[in-house]
Amino acid sequence: MDSRRFDRRGRRLPKATKIVVAGGFGVGKTTLVGTVSETKPLRTEELLTDKSVGVDDVEGVEAKSTTTVAMDFGRITLKDEFVLYLFGTPGQERFWFMWDEITLGALGAVVLADTRRLADCFPAVDYFERRGTPFIVAVNCFEGSRRFELDEVEMALNLGEHVPIVLCDARDKESCKNVLVTLVQHARKTRREKRPVEV
Amino acid sequence: MTMSDPEQEEASKGLPDAEPEGAIVDGDESHERWLDEQAGPLVRPYVMTRGRTEPVRGTFDLITMVVATGLPAAPELGMDPEHQAVVRLCEEPMSVAEIAGQLNLPTVTVRVLLGDLLSKGLITVEDPQTEDELADDDDLYLAVIDGLKAL
Ligand SMILES: Nc1nc2c(ncn2[C@@H]2O[C@H](COP(=O)(O)OP(=O)(O)O)[C@@H](O)[C@H]2O)c(=O)[nH]1
Ligand SMILES: [Mg+2]
Repeated sequence: MDSRRFDRRGRRLPKATKIVVAGGFGVGKTTLVGTVSETKPLRTEELLTDKSVGVDDVEGVEAKSTTTVAMDFGRITLKDEFVLYLFGTPGQERFWFMWDEITLGALGAVVLADTRRLADCFPAVDYFERRGTPFIVAVNCFEGSRRFELDEVEMALNLGEHVPIVLCDARDKESCKNVLVTLVQHARKTRREKRPVEV
Repeated sequence: MTMSDPEQEEASKGLPDAEPEGAIVDGDESHERWLDEQAGPLVRPYVMTRGRTEPVRGTFDLITMVVATGLPAAPELGMDPEHQAVVRLCEEPMSVAEIAGQLNLPTVTVRVLLGDLLSKGLITVEDPQTEDELADDDDLYLAVIDGLKAL
């Protein structure tokens, strides 16, 4: 039975789900989110509290009293009662608590990579591998990255065999759609493989 | 640091730096000081929630969907303008993250406001599926794939 709530006009509250978009600074996260979202990406500024910053992290956080961390996200209404949110990870990787919050309950993650600065995406790859979040790598074609580069990326990242790597142009809607579909197909497959066979 | 006033302790709990260098930390005076001098625009969210950082009800994930129930907000419910702004925004179903983005408030503040509204029966919420529930919901994956392809 469907237990979803109804609003006062008898409509169901939409079911919401989300995808994480990660990668280094300037790799095209906000661009991708904006390209496929129905509205301009929204942004929230989160406050850093003692609870949210680990002891090790406090060092290097300048101007403590005014430290905030920004988060970009967009909305795609897939059907009337179905909403997909895309969350870009905050630029500074030390704010892992934000990554945790954004990633919890996500269908999966897209790690954007730029072949000129490939190492920038290592922390994201490590994070999702450790957490067991299904992810794919999307190489953003800043300077016309070609097919053969994907093999190099794959070697450099030392990914599990079945982690898909695709080329994309974060400014192009069809390209971004392809990235997201590839991710969700991959996530569907890995989730099903992970579930024990039901008796 | 000696803080004997529980209300003030509550009020400063969530502040990144509730004890500014050189500030007097006892009594109401310091309270006002940091309200006036510290943290600039960040103070507003805490004032708005009267220093509270945890909602009275509900947990509110970033993608928990919220809609106004349409019950009239009687004056005795003690609604602040921010509460009213949230209710107006939630005429249409909206996620916690979107409410924060639209109202330009941190989610910690929005969660407290939503907890108040939930306890007063002014909103209905729908929490997202857990990761375990997701893994069991093959239809969801298929619906997302179809929906994306159709964009
Ligand atoms: N040539 C090219 N430029 C891009 C692409 N994606 C993003 N950019 C540009 O790269 C810059 C940084 O992108 P942004 O989305 O802000 O990166 P973020 O820091 O990951 O959010 C912007 O000026 C974009 O216009 C792409 O696919 N190709
Ligand atoms: Mg960005």
